[in-house]
Amino acid sequence: MIPGAFEYHRPETLGEATGLLSQLGDSARVLAGGHSLIPMMKLRMAAPEHLIDLAAIADLRGIAVGDDIRIGAMVTQAELIAHDGLAAACPLLREAALQIADPQVRYVGTVGGNVANGDPGNDMPGLMQCLGARYSLAGPGGTREVAARDFYISAYETARADDEILTGILVPHPAPGTGYAYEKQKRKIGDYATAAAAVTIGRNGASVAMTNLADRPIWSEAAGKALAAGDAAGAVAAALAEIDPGDDNRGPAEFKRHVAGVMLRRAIDRARARMG
Amino acid sequence: MNEITPTPAERAEKLKGLGSSRKRVEDVRFTQGKGNYVDDIKLPGMLFGDFVRSPYAHARVVSIDAEAAKQVPGVVAVLTAADLAPLGLHWMPTLAGDKQMVLADGKVLFQGQEVAFVVATDRYAAADAVELVEVDYEELPVVTDPFKALEPDAPVLREDIADQKEGAHGARRHHNHIFTWEQGDREATEKVLAEADVVAEEMIYYHRTHPCPLETCGCVASMDKVNGKLTVWGTFQAPHAVRTVASLISGIAEHNIRIISPDIGGGFGNKVGVYPGYICSIVASIVTGKPVKWVEDRMENLMATAFARDYWMQGKIAATKDGRITGLWCHVTADHGGFDACADPTKFPAGFFNICTGSYDIPVAWLAVDGVYTNKAPGGVAYRCSFRVTEAAYLIERMIEVLAIKLGIDAAELRRKNFIRKDQFPYRSALGWEYDSGDYHTAWDKALAAVGYEDLRAEQADRVESFRRGETRKLMGVGLTFFTEIVGAGPVKNCDILGLGMFDSCEIRIHPTGSAIARLGTISQGQGHATTFAQILASEIGIPADNITIEEGDTDTAPYGLGTYGSRSTPVAGAATAMAGRKIRAKAQMIAAYLLEVHDDDVEWDVDRFVVKGAPERFKAMAEIAFAAYNQAIPGIEPGLEAVSYYDPPNMTYPFGAYVCVVDVDVDTGQVDIRRFYALDDCGTRINPMIIEGQVHGGLTEALAIAMGQEIAYDELGNVKTGTLMDFFVPTAWETPHYETDWTTTPSPHHPIGAKGVGESPNVGGVPCFSNAVNDAFRAFGHVHAHMPHDHWRVWKIAHDLGLHG
Repeated sequence: MIPGAFEYHRPETLGEATGLLSQLGDSARVLAGGHSLIPMMKLRMAAPEHLIDLAAIADLRGIAVGDDIRIGAMVTQAELIAHDGLAAACPLLREAALQIADPQVRYVGTVGGNVANGDPGNDMPGLMQCLGARYSLAGPGGTREVAARDFYISAYETARADDEILTGILVPHPAPGTGYAYEKQKRKIGDYATAAAAVTIGRNGASVAMTNLADRPIWSEAAGKALAAGDAAGAVAAALAEIDPGDDNRGPAEFKRHVAGVMLRRAIDRARARMG
Repeated sequence: MNEITPTPAERAEKLKGLGSSRKRVEDVRFTQGKGNYVDDIKLPGMLFGDFVRSPYAHARVVSIDAEAAKQVPGVVAVLTAADLAPLGLHWMPTLAGDKQMVLADGKVLFQGQEVAFVVATDRYAAADAVELVEVDYEELPVVTDPFKALEPDAPVLREDIADQKEGAHGARRHHNHIFTWEQGDREATEKVLAEADVVAEEMIYYHRTHPCPLETCGCVASMDKVNGKLTVWGTFQAPHAVRTVASLISGIAEHNIRIISPDIGGGFGNKVGVYPGYICSIVASIVTGKPVKWVEDRMENLMATAFARDYWMQGKIAATKDGRITGLWCHVTADHGGFDACADPTKFPAGFFNICTGSYDIPVAWLAVDGVYTNKAPGGVAYRCSFRVTEAAYLIERMIEVLAIKLGIDAAELRRKNFIRKDQFPYRSALGWEYDSGDYHTAWDKALAAVGYEDLRAEQADRVESFRRGETRKLMGVGLTFFTEIVGAGPVKNCDILGLGMFDSCEIRIHPTGSAIARLGTISQGQGHATTFAQILASEIGIPADNITIEEGDTDTAPYGLGTYGSRSTPVAGAATAMAGRKIRAKAQMIAAYLLEVHDDDVEWDVDRFVVKGAPERFKAMAEIAFAAYNQAIPGIEPGLEAVSYYDPPNMTYPFGAYVCVVDVDVDTGQVDIRRFYALDDCGTRINPMIIEGQVHGGLTEALAIAMGQEIAYDELGNVKTGTLMDFFVPTAWETPHYETDWTTTPSPHHPIGAKGVGESPNVGGVPCFSNAVNDAFRAFGHVHAHMPHDHWRVWKIAHDLGLHG
């Protein structure tokens, strides 16, 4: 459980960070909260020669609730949970963040790291897909935005180029009166989901996304459409048709598929009850 | 006497002796982060060891190339079996009479087995070098199923003993067979089964799991080449036994070895055994002349140091149709992994599993245990229980439930009907134990009344009806357990480890000003010995517990003892403490009589003083007596006030308890909500009720872990699937339910203060209680038994197989 040797960099501006990343290429990895990367390094399954720590870059911090909700990539889960304006504007984010890991992890784990890494077990990617969020990426050629729904390709493979850094997340305000819920089954505190479902239902339609049930988060357009039309059973069936869970210590695929249906049904019921 | 003279009761309270919930003296340092654990020990010039471990569960080691590793800056040496062989240390004896490779000698038998030991000036260099040791393996067929291991054409695992027909515990009937241990009367039992009204039969698997102490195993070995002394600090639950074994296998004279167990962050059986890391560190220190530290990480701990359980138990229980049990038959297939490294008293290769008749008056029984080699890690330790007692309790408490279903009798009533009666103690069991004392009916009635048992059953029946009507998706289970433990190994006449009798010891020195130090052969790993042994002594010698230092764990200062595991400290070392205290008191009586100018027989003990009979105003308190012992020339009495006792208990002690658990089971997700847990423990005389309650909470939480998810699982290639705390379940405060604790007090008749031991009872009783609750939830739908652990998907599967998902 001891990582190999690496050089540690702590840039203070985004420009410095992207510069280092292009200069060092494949041998460098960006470090946010480190909850995914550092265990991999300790197991020597990841062995970057350079770590670029984003902790000192002030521009990557902070939550701004304006026309959109902007969450800096280095905002921790704890900061997200504690932000009153955010809780009022988009309560689903807080509800889901409270189900991530444990308080110690949430003090260090960042929203940006959670969405950028492409780990199918992470909760935020599905949630951001459900909410229709966009990710800001900065690279040597400038900045661009990618929709969360277009970002995830497969496990640890995303639309982010190797020389880009995910700098923030833009979440549109849910329409007033939108019902929401995040339902997650896990074996214990700190565990990834056995199955989890994010649901919003509002006057502009409905949205459904599932976590840890495929090699990427699954946002189901068909499920959202069925739900918007008032067909909860159809929504569940549509979402289950798109997931592809594997066997692991949490149980076989058959069990996960069943629990996925239960979680989604419960999320739908709770979201409906919360509609204004 | 005036009104401010304290009464005897007030004086007794000040002592904080037996029965006082005095706060733990250890916690002052632990809660401030000032404990001194093995990894806190730093010596000048200390080197660090790290293992190259096998990625394969069964493979031939064709070659090891350490050249590149040796080039890493800071690397001092890379040891392999070839380096240890000239010293005869490439293999080591196990506690079970087998031998185990210290470093892979030609082949590996489990994933994570130690192959080479890298020694470097820091941990980072050692870890880098481990990556560079090139080992050429040739994979061999893997066997992880003990039943398949015994098939005629199964791969030969232990080639070193393939042709050996006799093992340490009798005949071997197959190349992967270790021993057969048989107890009781097979013929009579099978006759009872054949003629019985009813026979309930079930295969019950107690899965492989692992203790998970906060601190993993480790040591610092320091060979001083100037004075020839070897000092080893380590996570040892039995420091004196380690010293003797180290002397026997290394050839270093025992007086030149000093073993120190500093603060140990929990043991739970994991730190009883001897591990290759200890041997390699000692050898490396001897070779380099420098201290060498080895501390395993969590994954190494879970993968390679001693596991627990892994018993396949086939049970048959016979009864009359009105529920009188007439016989018990049991066969166990015991998976011991690649080497037989079970930590049991030598004559008991399956520990005290023959306590499996439990709390019941079963007239005849038979038991056989077959130990089997597989490609899994060695071990078989008593994880928060006495030797194989939790397996035995799990078997009988599941079988009682299975029998109750077959008979259609309430499981609480079936137990009540078959309990050993109070007037039958001391009770001789069909499998050979003599239970010292018990009052099971009283404890059971108290427990059932406390939880409102009949109301629970009525609510459960209502719930089933609601479920059938589609009004709820949650079922309710009521788990019952009545367990009897057997602890305090033990009588030297039948209990030894590697020939070392399992007595224990206490040495007391009273200081001139009336305070004291007591040293014991045991070693606390969280049990609170420094608190409770001082209490035993306070009540025996009238010195306040706050004025008594308890010291353990340094073999140069402590008297010889067999250590702490199997709930033996209070039954054995606690008894030695009381007996040594009585020797102090006997001498104090003579001194007091001299000072009071009366005959020895004319003074009597009164809490903290000797008083002249009939004249209580004439007395000498212990503090005065102590001062006199060191300052007055008393004719016929040596100066000083010290005593030593080596205590060989006449019998084991038999703590017992009645537990009830109430659960709500979500049939759609498999989630189990523990609504209520009531634990009544009878551990005989209660020394410190607060510590007892803490012990019960801790043991129940480990029981919860084991019953509900904690396991060491292997795939068919012998890969460990649960090697990190992500998958190996350790409950946090969130998963841990509220516990209600209660007690009855039935003292042990043979223990000097009547104490029986308690630390392991909650694990022994807790595991079957949680499991019975889960199984009971599905009883109304024809369900009988499902194996642990009862994690979400396995509980979901019970519901699924019963057709409850529509």
